[in-house]
Amino acid sequence: MTVKQTFVLLRHREIENIDQLDVYRQHGGFESFKKAVTGMTPADVITVVSDSGLRGRGGAGFPTGRKWQFIPNDIWPHYVVANADESEPGTFKDREIMEKNPFQYLEGLMIASYAVGANLSYTYLRGEFWPVAAHLDRCTAELEQAGLLGDNLFGTEYSLRLRTHLGAGAYICGEETALLESLEGYPGQPRLKPPFPAVVGLFEKPTVINNIETLTSLPLILEKGCHWYRSLGTKDSSGTKVFSLSGCVQKPGNYELLLGASFRDLIYGLGGGPPEGRKVKAVMTAGASSVVLPVPDDAFLDTPMAYETLGDLGAPLGSASVIVLDENVNLAWLVQKTCDFFKHESCGKCTPCREGCFWMKALIDRIMAGEGQSSDIDLLRSVALQIRNKTLCPLGEFASVPVVSAIDQFRADFETMVRS
Amino acid sequence: MNELQKKYSNEIETILAKYPPERRRSAVMPLLYLAQANDGSVTRQAAGEIADILEMGVTEVASIIGFYTLFHLEEGGRYRIQVCNDLPCALRGADEFLEELSQRLGIAVGETTADGLFTLEAVKCLAACDRAPMFQLQGGGDIKYYEDQSVDMVMALVEDLRQKTSKEGAA
Repeated sequence: MTVKQTFVLLRHREIENIDQLDVYRQHGGFESFKKAVTGMTPADVITVVSDSGLRGRGGAGFPTGRKWQFIPNDIWPHYVVANADESEPGTFKDREIMEKNPFQYLEGLMIASYAVGANLSYTYLRGEFWPVAAHLDRCTAELEQAGLLGDNLFGTEYSLRLRTHLGAGAYICGEETALLESLEGYPGQPRLKPPFPAVVGLFEKPTVINNIETLTSLPLILEKGCHWYRSLGTKDSSGTKVFSLSGCVQKPGNYELLLGASFRDLIYGLGGGPPEGRKVKAVMTAGASSVVLPVPDDAFLDTPMAYETLGDLGAPLGSASVIVLDENVNLAWLVQKTCDFFKHESCGKCTPCREGCFWMKALIDRIMAGEGQSSDIDLLRSVALQIRNKTLCPLGEFASVPVVSAIDQFRADFETMVRS
Repeated sequence: MNELQKKYSNEIETILAKYPPERRRSAVMPLLYLAQANDGSVTRQAAGEIADILEMGVTEVASIIGFYTLFHLEEGGRYRIQVCNDLPCALRGADEFLEELSQRLGIAVGETTADGLFTLEAVKCLAACDRAPMFQLQGGGDIKYYEDQSVDMVMALVEDLRQKTSKEGAA
């Protein structure tokens, strides 16, 4: 079974040396940005992006154009901050985009900046992406030399500068208000909302925060039009998506597919299925924080991966970080891994998350050590549920989701670990 | 002018220029990276100097060091071998990889080799889940990824770095 990928984002896989400025420009690079700045009003750009149906690729799936419309035009300056914190276990798409197709990403950031009237925009990268930040800085310097960044671009009044900023190892900084705190020089702890960043964001000014993949989609949307983009994918999920495939598959990696492609296309068509012909037991579609979705039979693999279909199953697509779990994986072991992660990454600001993650880890450790009782499984589930809806940001919720769904769907995996 | 400013005047100027002048505090993380580039940890003196440069309290600088895992107050090895053993990496054998590496290096996770060169650590997701086992090497003012690794490959790298360091010592 061959499955064809569609490259709107991972174009470096088709076009050699697209990471060189001259090659990128030979393929139409920066024509969209020029067209926007010289021939379109910011409102025109927002309309095209709204009409394209593009939704945020960082996880929330919020319509990008609508997000931009929240920016008020009576408070200045405005900022765009690109979120390259990429820290969800199972997610590794933004790094490939920035490393291999950096100019398309930067052009997207520039288009977004123009659309909301920002003259200074930041890329916030996780600290581990140190070499990627240096690479983006070099690309930015080239763009300044080429006259594509700087003052009075293309003879207009519009000016734009781009900067990178490195985090230093904190998952929570992927949450947008924690990210802003970090960029302002504080510990990355989420803010109380409202006010939302669109009104009170970076340096207390209106700010748009977009994911790298979202921004990288923009140049081709402007070049080919919103109708072209809408013709890709499904009605409610237009365009392509980079799926980060990991876990129990023979060929893990990033694959770019039309939204609405099936699990079978991804896991078997491209990923080669689990090793040694093992069966897929469950999938997680949004990294370590997602619902553990059981795969009850072969037909389930034909489920389309789109915002609406997976949302209906109660397992949001998120950042499309698909972790495959085969029949050899014990879900109690998996929960120990996710609890370990979230206990470490809870920022400590909200008590239910800080304490809840601590106690979930203590309970699953006891169960995995063979010292737990069946009632500890119920206690673990109860602690997980107590975290929900009581925290400033979704991290606590994220920690709770795999625990509850794994216990509900695969209780037997836990029971085998406890004393009878 | 303090020690940090004397040593890195150009770098500090470049970093401060990234942020609006009235928002100097944003530079605290980049300056901490600069301060630990040499020895792999931030000294008390350097933390105080950063506080002076940015007009913040030294306890506020300490809170940043404490919050973010890539900043280190305590001295470790010159290089930190940081292996990801989160869920996706563990599904590709990262736990076994870490255990074997620990045995071959003769140290437990969290410990430093007797020559003071290597600290072995287990860390959280590094966004390289498809190429596990993998680790990052933090040290010498740099962070570098090593992916699709075997323990033999790491030991060869360790040997290379040991030889490089002993040559530096002799020169």
